[in-house]
This record gives sequence, structure tokens and C-alpha cells, in this order.
Amino acid sequence: MIEVHGVTKYYGSIRALYNVSFTVQKGEIVGLLGPNGSGKTTLMRILTGFFPPTEGKVSVAGLDVETASLEIRRRLGYLPENVVLYPDMSVRAFLNFCARVKSDSVNQRKSQVERVLHECALEHMAHRHIGTLSKGYRQRVGLAQALLCEPEVLILDEPTIGLDPHQVVEMRELIKGLGGKATILLSSHILSEVSLTCQRVVIIDKGQIVAEDTAAGLSERVQGASQTLVRAAGPRLELLAAFRALSKVRAVTVQDGSMGGQEGHTFIISSPDHTIAREIAQTVVTHGWDLYELKPVTMGLEELFIHLTAEEKRAAA
Amino acid sequence: MKQKEGQSSIATIHGQCLFHLAGLVVIRRRTLTNFWAVLCKELRSYFLSPFIYLISAVFLLLSGYYFYTDLIFYVQFGFGMSIMENFWQLLFNDLRLVVLLTVPFLTMRLFAEEKRLGTIELLLTYPMRDAELFWGKFAACTVATLFMLSWTALYPVIMYQLQPFAWTAVVAGYAGLVLLALSFVACGLFISSLTDNQVVAGLSALGVLLFFWILSWNEGATNEGLLRVLAQLSTVTHFQSFAQGFIDLKEVTFFLLFMVFFNFLTLRSLESRQWRGRR
Repeated sequence: MIEVHGVTKYYGSIRALYNVSFTVQKGEIVGLLGPNGSGKTTLMRILTGFFPPTEGKVSVAGLDVETASLEIRRRLGYLPENVVLYPDMSVRAFLNFCARVKSDSVNQRKSQVERVLHECALEHMAHRHIGTLSKGYRQRVGLAQALLCEPEVLILDEPTIGLDPHQVVEMRELIKGLGGKATILLSSHILSEVSLTCQRVVIIDKGQIVAEDTAAGLSERVQGASQTLVRAAGPRLELLAAFRALSKVRAVTVQDGSMGGQEGHTFIISSPDHTIAREIAQTVVTHGWDLYELKPVTMGLEELFIHLTAEEKRAAA
Repeated sequence: MKQKEGQSSIATIHGQCLFHLAGLVVIRRRTLTNFWAVLCKELRSYFLSPFIYLISAVFLLLSGYYFYTDLIFYVQFGFGMSIMENFWQLLFNDLRLVVLLTVPFLTMRLFAEEKRLGTIELLLTYPMRDAELFWGKFAACTVATLFMLSWTALYPVIMYQLQPFAWTAVVAGYAGLVLLALSFVACGLFISSLTDNQVVAGLSALGVLLFFWILSWNEGATNEGLLRVLAQLSTVTHFQSFAQGFIDLKEVTFFLLFMVFFNFLTLRSLESRQWRGRR
């Protein structure tokens, strides 16, 4: 549905994207993950036909974005980053305007506006001016305009940014519900966000693709050596020896001193097996020691990047 | 055989022409819908905000002052002159200045605000051509300008009550005033499309328009040949005959070309995102 081939984009002398290639299949939800300023928005703007790439080819629904831009834009819904919209327009007036531009059929417009108002739970806000809405509602209005006229392709730039946790969950459900019906490409700089909604993740850093994998495969790679944090009270050396003696353990590191005022000793245990926690708990309990804390260590985006870029370097060397 | 091929290719060309023609008709409907949608959106934001009423009030205050003082001037010093030669010509020439001072306030918002809010990104990724967006905005601004100017129609009505006169001359004056105002709109829109700051857009438009006005002022600073060229570019020079009560086709053409020139630039400015960053 979306094909990106060797796309490079320059802003003057600044290179925003370099040789980016990936594809998104029909009905897939793909996440574009990267830190701020990595080129996510630039890539999305190219996909929407806002501006063309400096080099490379992009096609959406089998049409070239440069030659068939208008046709593509008819099939596409786009939620830009930081949607401010028109503060002096009411939600309904704004959506009516969007529907007018997007839809050919006069009859369809009204039903489409009602549909997206319902889908985004905006009915009771329809008469309100957009300027008076909270960030969460404004984001929903942005999504509502993108959903008008049932687009085949949805491009969502940071759809959950600035939302409270409750709204984030709602937005996530909404997007998931659209999967299968539409092809969705969404961007985020939060790893957990993307892994929860997307089937596949494309990681981009400094304008280049660092990794491309399924959400499961990615966490596998990230936690290739799954890490578990244990805090237990007992003789330190005995604890260490007991953990090292476990069959599936690859390494144990002591993390004492970092947590001031906490009881017990803290260890980070690396293992290729995710079920190690059970054995750790058993060990502590059978020895009669106290177990205070036991949790998997998840890798943040920063660590993920370090991990992945190190992988790249190793591959290059 | 060759002839047959030729015929079939002609047939294909015909077919293609018909296809394009059909496409044109479809696009025409779309174009109108989009144009209308933008026009309505802009009119809504013009007339639902107090700004245009404020600007109109300022416009009327200034033009009303001119109306009053010009009338006094005519009554005291215009003795023996016809009302057209003196009063109307004086008033239309004065109204030019008021139009120049107010139109940039109507145009400054149109593109600059969309850029500041980021909504331009939304509009340009909708199935809408740049030209449809532009003409929608131009038409909306035209309506707003005409709304502002229309209040001055009170003056001829009052004057006619006092002393009937040949109204055709006043019509010419208004035609000139509208052409002048729309030329200012074209220029203001272009400048608004260059920046995301309304104040910068407004002040720059004011500066550029004033420059087009005063181009022909200083006879001493330029030689005669250059002065003649500059005078031809000056909006004031071309307004003169309208104020005197004539609609000169040459002058009408000047204002139309002035608009075409700036509209062309605005469309290129909108399009620039397509070729900037290219190698």
C-alpha cells in the first residue's frame, strides 16, 4: 500500500532523510519510531504529498506521490503533529469544511461528519469552538478530520502526544479498531506506545532506518538477553553465588549503592529465558531470605538506540 | 497499412481528447466545490470576528472625515467648478489613501495565520489544488473589501438628495476604487503568503503599496526617462482618470495586469514547497 524507495530529503544543506526504504502492506499498522528530529515528520509530509523528496520514489496505493498527488490525497487521511486547527471555528463547522473538500457526494458529507463525531466521541463537543477545547479533544478533532470519508491510508503523526494516560488508552483502542480497514502508519517517540498498537515497527534515527521488525521481534532483539532486577535481603556473597548457580543465568551484576536507604541488595540478572523470574523467586524463598523486589528491566528508547546502532556498527565492521 | 495506423492513432488521440475533456468537466465541479468551501470558511472567519467591523469603522471614520472636509472645501473654494471636477475627484483621490491604509489589515491574516497555526499543512494535503485555495481566499477578501467600501455609498446618496448630479461619473470613480482595492488585495495576499507573522505581512504590504504610490513623486531624484517609466508603474497615476469620471480601458488593463502579476507570484510562492530542497 505504501512503498518508499531510497528517499532522501534535503532542507537546503541539512539532510533530513537519507536513503530510506520500506513498505507497508494493505491493512497493516506500522509504527515509525524515532527520537525528536529524526525525520519522522519529514517522511510523513512526503507521503502525504505536502512536498516531494529530493531523491527517491514514493508510491501510495500504487500511485506515485509526485505525479498523482491529488488522487492520493483523496484516499488519504492525515493527522499532522501538534494540530492547532482553527480556534475560531466550531468542531462541526470545521468538519463540514473538511468533508466538503474531501467528499464528492453531497449526501455522503453529512453522514460522514456524524460518523466521525461518533467514532471520536465528539458529539457533545460538536458546537464548541476548537479554541476552547482541551488538548485531548483537539487531538480527537484532528483524528476525526483524518477519518472523514473512510481513507484507505491513514498517516498519523504522534497521535498520542500530549494526551493524559486515559486518553492515550482510548486513542490506542481507536487506532487498533481501524486496523484491517485502513492501512495505518503512525509515528511516535515512545517505544511501548508503538509496540502496543503496531504490528510492525520501523526505527529511524538521524534520517536513516536503523531497524525494521515486528513488535515482538523487536522486543526479542532488545531483550535478547532478558534482564531481571532482584532486590533481596541476605548475605551478599551467598545471594550472588546462589543466583550464579541458576541454570539459565548468563550474568549477574551487583547494583548496590545506587538505591540509597533501601533494604537488601540489588542485582541485575541476565538470561536468554524470560521465565527466569520464577526460579529467582524460588531460590530466594528456599534459602529463607527476604524478597523485596522482582521485575523485568525494560529497555528505554535511548538504550534501544544504543543497542541497535551498536548492532549496525558491528554489522558494518 | 500505414494509413490505417495513422487513422487508429488519430482515433486514439480523439479518444484521449474526449477523456481529458470529460476529466476537465469532473475537475471543474470539484474545483468549484473546493473554491466554494474555502470561500465560505474565510467569509465565516471574516464576518464572525469583530476585526472586520473594527477595520470598517476606522475606514468609515477616515473617509467620513474626508467627505466632510472635501465638501466644505468645495463649498468654500470650488465656486464655479462642477461638482465632478472638484468634489468627487478630490474625495476619490483621498479615499485612495484610506483604502491603502486599511486593505493590508484585511489581507495580512489570510496565509500568514494558516502558516502560523500549521493548518496550511492540512489544507495542502487535502485533495485540493493550490489555485482553488488561493482563489477561495482572494474571493473572500474581495467580499470583505467590497463590504468595507459599500458603506461609502451613503455619500453619493446623501449628495444626490441635496443636489442631483450625473451619477455615471461616480460609478467610474467607484470602478477605479474597486480595481485599486483589489490590486492591493492581490499584493497583500502575496506578501501574506511569504511569512507566518501577520504583523510582518501587514506592515510589509503597507510598505510595498506605499512604494508603488510614491514611485512617481520625486521629479528631481530621477531623470525624465526613468520618471516616465516609474510613473507608469505607479498606482496613483493610473487611478487619476477614474477619479475624473472616466473608465479608461488602458487603466483597467493596468490594474488587471497588476493583479495577475501578484496572483502569479502568490501561486508560485505556494508552489515553492514543491521545488525547494530539490537538486
